[in-house]
Amino acid sequence: MAAASTTEPTRRDMLFIANGAVAAVGVGALAWPLISQMNPDASTLALASTEVDISSIPEGGILTVKWRGKPVFVRHRTKKEIEEAANVKAADMPDPQADSARVKKPEWLVVVGVCTHLGCVPLGHSGDYDGWFCPCHGSVYDTSGRIRKGPAPRNLEVPAYAFLSDTKLQIG
Amino acid sequence: MSGHSTYVPKSALGRWFESRLPIMGLIHGSFVVYPVPRNLNYFWTFGGILSFMLICQIITGIVLAMHYTPHVDYAFASVEYIMRDVNWGWVIRYTHANGASMFFIAVYLHMLRGLYYGSYKAPREVLWILGVIIYLLMMATGFMGYVLPWGQMSFWGATVITNLFSAIPLVGDAITTWLWGGYSVDNPTLNRFFSLHYLLPFMIAAVVVLHVWALHVTGQNNPAGVEVKNVERDTLPFTPYATVKDGFALLCFLIFFSWFVFYAPNYLGHADNYVEANPLVTPAHIVPEWYYLPFYAILRAIPSKLGGVMAMFGAIVVLAFLPWLDTSRVKSAAYRPLYKFFFWLFVVSCLGLGFLGAKPPEGAYVIASRLLTLYYFGFFLIIMPLLGLFETPKPVPASIADAVLAKNSAHAQAHS
Repeated sequence: MAAASTTEPTRRDMLFIANGAVAAVGVGALAWPLISQMNPDASTLALASTEVDISSIPEGGILTVKWRGKPVFVRHRTKKEIEEAANVKAADMPDPQADSARVKKPEWLVVVGVCTHLGCVPLGHSGDYDGWFCPCHGSVYDTSGRIRKGPAPRNLEVPAYAFLSDTKLQIG
Repeated sequence: MSGHSTYVPKSALGRWFESRLPIMGLIHGSFVVYPVPRNLNYFWTFGGILSFMLICQIITGIVLAMHYTPHVDYAFASVEYIMRDVNWGWVIRYTHANGASMFFIAVYLHMLRGLYYGSYKAPREVLWILGVIIYLLMMATGFMGYVLPWGQMSFWGATVITNLFSAIPLVGDAITTWLWGGYSVDNPTLNRFFSLHYLLPFMIAAVVVLHVWALHVTGQNNPAGVEVKNVERDTLPFTPYATVKDGFALLCFLIFFSWFVFYAPNYLGHADNYVEANPLVTPAHIVPEWYYLPFYAILRAIPSKLGGVMAMFGAIVVLAFLPWLDTSRVKSAAYRPLYKFFFWLFVVSCLGLGFLGAKPPEGAYVIASRLLTLYYFGFFLIIMPLLGLFETPKPVPASIADAVLAKNSAHAQAHS
C-alpha cells in the first residue's frame, strides 16, 4: 500500500471530490430557503401606497400617518419654519442637504418619522431647532428634518410621495 | 484532575446496565466522588444556582408557552389572560419574569468571582470562553423574551436593539429588514422571536454541558488560586461537602428570589410595558431591562452610531480575550494588592454605568458615561496587561492545604 501516496489520482479521490461538490451544492440549496424565509413575505411586500387628506392640517401642524408599518410625518410648515430651514448653511451639518432638495412644496415637509439612529419616533415641535427631538438617545432634527445634533447619522428619510391635488397626498 | 470513579453498582441489574451504558458511573464520578478544593467559599455556589435557574426558566417557560399567543393582536391580551384566568398563571409568569433577573444576578456574581480569583487563566481559558458564549446566549434569550408581552417597552426595545444592526456598513439595512421580516418590528418579528426564545435555552443547556465538561477536565479554581497538588490533602469529595454547601446557598438564593416574586413582582420591570405596543408613539424614556443597562450606557456614551454599537458589542467581546490580556502569573486577587484595588474600581464603574444607563442621555450623565466607559475598556486593555509587569504580588501559599492551615492558625491565634 506504499503506492497509495503517489500523486496519481485514484477513483476514490475522484469520488471524494465529486461527493464533496454535490454536497456543497446541496447545503447551499438547502440553506437558501431557510435564510430567505426570514425576509419580508409577499403580503408585506404588497403593501399599497397610502393616500392622505392634508386639508385638515393647520399651519404649524404635524399629521402622523402609518405607511409600511412606520409613521410618516406630514408637516404644514409656517413661514418662520420655512425660513429657518432655508436660511441656514447646510454645509456644516452632519448630513448636508439643502432644504429645497427635501421638499416639493416649501410649506409641506414629508418625512419618515423614524430616527435614523436606532429607530425611535422623534417628538415634533421639540429640540433646539423646534423640529424634532428623539427622546431615546437625544438626536435633534431641524424644521427640515435634518440631523443637527446627537448620535443619528442621517437626516430623516424623505419617502416617495406625490401631490394628487392641493389637498390629496399619496405616499409610496 | 480526574474524578475517575471506581464505581461498582451494588445490584446485579445495576451491573448489567452499567456494562451497557455507564451513565451511573459518570454521575458518580462527576457529582459524588469528584474532588473539590477544600477552601472553596460561597462564591463557588453560583454554578449550581445558575443550573437551577436554567431549569426553572425552562419549566416555567414551557408552561407559559401553553397559554401565550405570539401574534401582535393577541400577545398582550394573552399575557393578561395568563395573569387573571389561567390557574396559577400569575405565579408562573412572575416566577419566569423575575427568574430572568435572578439568573442575571447570579451570572454577574459568577463572572465577578471568576474575575476576582483569576478563574479565566490557564488552564481554564476554554472554560471561560464557553462561559462568555453562555452569557451572550442568555442576553439574546432575555432580550427576545422581553419582547413577547408586546408592551411599549417590548416594542421599542426590540426596535432599538434590532436597529443596532443597521449600523453595519453596506449590508446593515438589508440585515435589519431580514431580522424583522418587514420594514419595521411587526408580527413576523414577534413570531420568530417567540420561536427563537423557545430554542435558545436548549442551546444554553448544551453549552452548559460543555462548560461543566471543561470544568471537570481542569478542576475548579479556588480562592488561593493555586492548583491542586495533592488530592488527599487539598480536596474533599463533592458529596457531601459541595452538595450540602450548594444546597444551602441555593435555599438562601431562593428566599431572595421568592421575596421578589411575592412582594415586589414588578419592581425590576418597567411600568410602560403594561401599555400595549404602539408603533406610532415612542415612550418618553426607553430603558432596557436592568441587566443590560451598563452596555446601554456605553452605547449612548459614544457620539457616533457605528462607534456606539461597536463599543457596546466590544464591551462583551473583550471578555473572551481576558485570559491573554491578564499578564500576571498570580491568579487570585487575594495576593494582588494593586489588582484588587482596580477590580473594585471596575465593579463600581459597572454599577455606575448601570445607573447612567437608566438616566436620560443629556448633560452630566453623558460625560460621566464617557469617563466610566473609558475606565471599563482601560481596565481590560491597559491596566490588566500592565499590572502583570509592574505589580509585586504577595507570597502565594505553596498549596491549598497550606492556605487553609495558615488561615486556621491565624484564627486560633486571634481567639487565644
